[in-house]
This record gives sequence, structure tokens and C-alpha cells, in this order.
Amino acid sequence: MTNEFEPKVLAFVCNWCTYTGADLTGTSRIKYASNVKILRFPCTGRIDFMLILKAFANGMDGVIVSGCHPNDCHYTSGNFHARRRWMLFRSLLDFLGIDIRRICFSWVSAAEGAKWAELVNETVAGLRELGPYTEYHRVANFLSDSPTEARKEMEEQHE
Amino acid sequence: MNDLISQVQSLLENKTIDIFIGYEKGTRKPRPAFVSKAEEAGKLIFNENCSGNLAVYLTRKDLVEGKKVGIAASYYTLKNIILLFDENQLKEDHLRIITLSEKGEIQLLQSLEEIKQRLKEMSAPAKADEEEWVRKIDAMTVSERWAFWTEELSRCFKCYACRAACPMCYCTKCIVEINRPQWIQPWASVFSNMDWQINRVMHMAGRCSDCGACGAACPVGIPIHLLSHKMAEAVKENFGEPDEKGNVLSTFKPDDKENFIV
Repeated sequence: MTNEFEPKVLAFVCNWCTYTGADLTGTSRIKYASNVKILRFPCTGRIDFMLILKAFANGMDGVIVSGCHPNDCHYTSGNFHARRRWMLFRSLLDFLGIDIRRICFSWVSAAEGAKWAELVNETVAGLRELGPYTEYHRVANFLSDSPTEARKEMEEQHE
Repeated sequence: MNDLISQVQSLLENKTIDIFIGYEKGTRKPRPAFVSKAEEAGKLIFNENCSGNLAVYLTRKDLVEGKKVGIAASYYTLKNIILLFDENQLKEDHLRIITLSEKGEIQLLQSLEEIKQRLKEMSAPAKADEEEWVRKIDAMTVSERWAFWTEELSRCFKCYACRAACPMCYCTKCIVEINRPQWIQPWASVFSNMDWQINRVMHMAGRCSDCGACGAACPVGIPIHLLSHKMAEAVKENFGEPDEKGNVLSTFKPDDKENFIV
């Protein structure tokens, strides 16, 4: 047993490319970090920005968002729309002071099993250096985690 | 002012419009006035202090549904009218727009083409204050920005004045009223306030006229209009000036450039 920090990572992936790619990683017997939990979506276009925020609120230290390469979308244009949304979302989060190094966007095709392993390993290694995302978790669980601290902060505000 | 009053009176008497949305004298700044009878038009005023965005009333169904509407429009009101037309929220022949020329003269605009032409002639009001603040926040470190916004948003008590003041926030059922699933916690806390602002700004991405009504409406003075301004800047930086093809998030270009997807 070690006390080393194990980052929790949630991966939002599209069914047609990255999910199949991650499957290939497994069938190719490539080993990669087990810190990641994979959520399968019909398309990157379906990955609502709120889901990413919910992941952080529920204790994740990092998020991977991945889908088909441009021009390879099963629904022709879902990833193009998603890309535009991420571009704006990312700049907004950065402006608010949310650490965008914790969100990793990627294109991984169904043939890129090795790229998936590499992506997860690099993300986990990066998060190990960044440490747990306590700032966000503390704000998200303000009421449920520490009732005494919550009361103290409330009182301080009213003084 | 007599120009304006007589213009509105004749529009109302000819039944060209059923209601006029304009400004009257308020305690500090001019406030909105709704006139549906010619004899009430005497209280109307219109000058360069009338900067509140009246376009917000154009989508309030209880006020304008089925009616032909006249409106006093400043720069951002005109911009919002164009945006609302683009989203099929207004009917062209139901709207008469009164605006001010550079010399302060009353002008009547009757068609979409005329509004677009007028907007091209006008220059956007300076946003020096907003730009300076955005630069200042951009220059902070991530943790300083986080400290700044959590401090600011800790004062929010979820009155949703920012939503009510925004001409583009016209959904009849807002995401904060949906509780299956509950996307945003309904109580006021730093976290849920931030969630709400992120949602508000993301939903306005590329649709926002950057009028600043959200920030002006905030009763506790949280500078949320900076978020909108930053978003407007990001849209312009990434996708250029708005074109006729549609909203930035419902359209795309195969060669959109980003530098963060690996």
C-alpha cells in the first residue's frame, strides 16, 4: 500500500471512434492507467458542457473528452459543432479561474488503440503533478462536507 | 422631444402601432414607459441617457403578443432587434422603430434593411471600462482569477435579474427551472451561482449583443457583464465577425482553428 495520490479521471467518449478505440486498446493487450472511468456517448456533439462541470463537482480530478477526428463523424458534423463549443467553453472556464489543464480534449479514432493508452497515461501523469482538485471540490461540496466550516463562513460574512 | 411625442401620437392614432415602448423620466436614469393611448405620449423622452436595452420587452408575450409595437431604440436595442429577427422572434411588419440620429434627431425605421443600414452608420459605444477589467483579470494567475470570481459570486442570491434583463434570454422554460435532472442547484451558493453564470454565458455565446444589461441589472453589482464581454471577444477572436449563415454554435467551418485538441 502506498499513500500516493491516485487521480480520478472521467472520460467522455463517442461511441463510434474513441470508445471503439479504447476497446482496441484492450483487445491489443496494451496496459494503461486504471484511473479512468469511461462514459460512452452517441457523439461528441452530445457531450453537454454541464456534464463536464458535474464530473468535477462529483469529485473528479480530471476529465478527458474525446471523439472522432474531424471529417470522420458518424453523424457528419457532430464533432465540428462540439469543437466550436469547446473552444468557447474552454476560454470561459479559463477566465473564471477553473484549471483548464484538468480537461483534456482529444481526437482518437477506432484504429488508435495505442494513442488512447498514451492519452490516458499522459493525462494521469499530468494530474498526479497537479494534485487533487481541492479548490473546486471544496466549493462544490460547501454545504454537505463541512457543516461547521459552512456555519463559520456564513457568520464571518455577516459580521 | 415634441418630434418624438407627435410621431408616437400619430402612429398610435393611425393604428400603425398598438403599443409604444419608450423611456420616461426616472429618479436617476430614464426608465421604461409603455404607451398605448395617444394622450399618454406626452411623458415620453428620448436622449443619449436613454441607454437601457428596451429590446427585452419585445419577447414578453404578456406585453406584446399579437400587437404591433413601436419602440425607442438605442444602439444595442437595434442590435438585439436584428438578433431577435434572426431567431424568428419578431415579425417585420409588426415593428416600428424610433431611433436617434447623430444630431439627436428622431428617425423612424420601418424595415429590417433600414435597421441594418442605420447600425452600419452608428458607431458602437466605447467599452473601455470592460476592456480594462477583462485585461486585468486575464493578467491574473488561475488561482487569483478563481479567488476573484468566487468572492464576487459569493454575493449572488439568485434573483435572476440578469436573466430578466437580457433580451436574448427568452426561453419560456429556463434550465434553472428544470429539476429532472436538476442541472443547477436552486439555492444560492458560490458553486451553483457559478454554474448558473456559466450556463447563462454559454447559452448566450454568439447571440449576445454585449449590451451589458445583465451587469447593470445585478442588484449587488457583480460584474457578470465581464463574462459576457469576454465571451463576445472569444467569439470574435475565434470565428470572426458575425455573418448571415447563422449562430456561431449552430454552424461550423471544417477549418476552425484551435490549439488544444491532441
